Amino acid sequence: MKVTNNEYDDMTKKASPNSPKLLNMVKAFCIGGLICVIGQLFKTLYTNSGLSEKESSAAVTVTLIAITAILTGIGIFDKIAKHAGAGTIVPITGFANAVVSPALEFKAEGHILGTGAKIFTIAGPVIAYGCASASVYGLIYYLFCM
Amino acid sequence: MVIKMAIRQGRYTLMLPSRPVITGSAAVVGKKEGEGPLANEFDSVSQDDSLGEASFEKAESAMQRDAVIRALNKAGETPDNVDMVFAGDLLNQCIGTSFGLRGMDMPFAGLYGACSTMSLSLALSAIMTDTAAANVCIASTSSHFCSAERQYRLPLEYGGQRTPTSQWTATAAGAAVVSRTGSGPRATAVIFGKIQDLGIKDANNMGAAMAPAAASTIKDFLSDTAGAPSDYDMILTGDLGTVGSSLLCELLMKEANLDISGVHSDCGIMMYDLKNQDVHAGGSGCGCSAAILCSYIMRRIREKSLKKVLFVGTGALLSPTSSLQGESIPAIAHGVVLEAD
Repeated sequence: MKVTNNEYDDMTKKASPNSPKLLNMVKAFCIGGLICVIGQLFKTLYTNSGLSEKESSAAVTVTLIAITAILTGIGIFDKIAKHAGAGTIVPITGFANAVVSPALEFKAEGHILGTGAKIFTIAGPVIAYGCASASVYGLIYYLFCM
Repeated sequence: MVIKMAIRQGRYTLMLPSRPVITGSAAVVGKKEGEGPLANEFDSVSQDDSLGEASFEKAESAMQRDAVIRALNKAGETPDNVDMVFAGDLLNQCIGTSFGLRGMDMPFAGLYGACSTMSLSLALSAIMTDTAAANVCIASTSSHFCSAERQYRLPLEYGGQRTPTSQWTATAAGAAVVSRTGSGPRATAVIFGKIQDLGIKDANNMGAAMAPAAASTIKDFLSDTAGAPSDYDMILTGDLGTVGSSLLCELLMKEANLDISGVHSDCGIMMYDLKNQDVHAGGSGCGCSAAILCSYIMRRIREKSLKKVLFVGTGALLSPTSSLQGESIPAIAHGVVLEAD
């Protein structure tokens, strides 16, 4: 080929359409915001039902995870997420979907080496680096703020 | 008996003087492909992507087996008469094919050429029959959106966004029976491509990764045969999609001053309604070009509305491991000339 890698890289950039960033951001903002509103509604509901502030926060998290798991299971979540992007990935819904979808997907390989082994395929890095960064943050907090 | 045999022409092309015949071909597709513009061309459209099987891998195997059986029936052949099967798919260890053809008792060579597998299997079948090493060969391949996604990308229900350059793996299988005698489209020349890599690393832009391979093979073939794009009713690439197709035309102009835009079609663009079926840059997967070649194209060559077609299947030779290790994507393209009887 006479065309060099750099020339081809330029040609490819010109030929490849970009993601509709503005539209994606607007959709992510609206759907992500809607999820937060739903969370807040549940929080108000739980607080009014007599749960403490801390308990109702935990209950909201569990509720959103449960809703996501069900929507993932019946094949609706990915259709919403296709439009929402970061709007569904950033809230707890993204994490729940990242655990439930491989659990469902790898069921065919068995409960232990399929679902069990693959369940954290996507969420694993978040858990690992989440725990690692929390440890570092905790250490810093301990050293400077105590 | 004097046997005419494959003759090398130019540097890379093999001419097939006995003109092996595609006596039967069949295409089996999934639901989404059956909702596309070529819906009426296929032999069977499954309404259920699992085909009633326990896993998508089993579904893919069933689909390829179905395509092979249908092609054999159309050719009036039985598995007993088949001297060789060249076939493959996208799954690890080619299980889509080997499990699908298990029990059919035919000599089998499994191939991996990614999405170029239909052209690779057809080229090998044509040479095998042309050299009289076989009387009847089968070329077949399959791909399944669901089995490919879980192997190459993410779980089906994972909620992510696909980039505009990404392509949709077709749920489809195609098979062709190649014989020394009979009537039907004839394979008159083949060319095996060279691995090309212009440094594309984005696994979601496979059209861009594969376009250089298609350009190289088309350029070599036209140079070997001293031909021009206008000698062909159609130059059909495997599945470059919209991005890869425009890059292919641009590359051929730059590299060899060849303008194929008037005769170029691409299976990845033909398979779906790009505007309404949410497939972004088009279709991909071995089954995409296999199903279109073994139905729409073969039918038109048989009816003589297409008289001479250069079919160039293109494959991206990446793996999930190579992508994670930051490798660029090598690609390959093999060509077969099909002519009306």
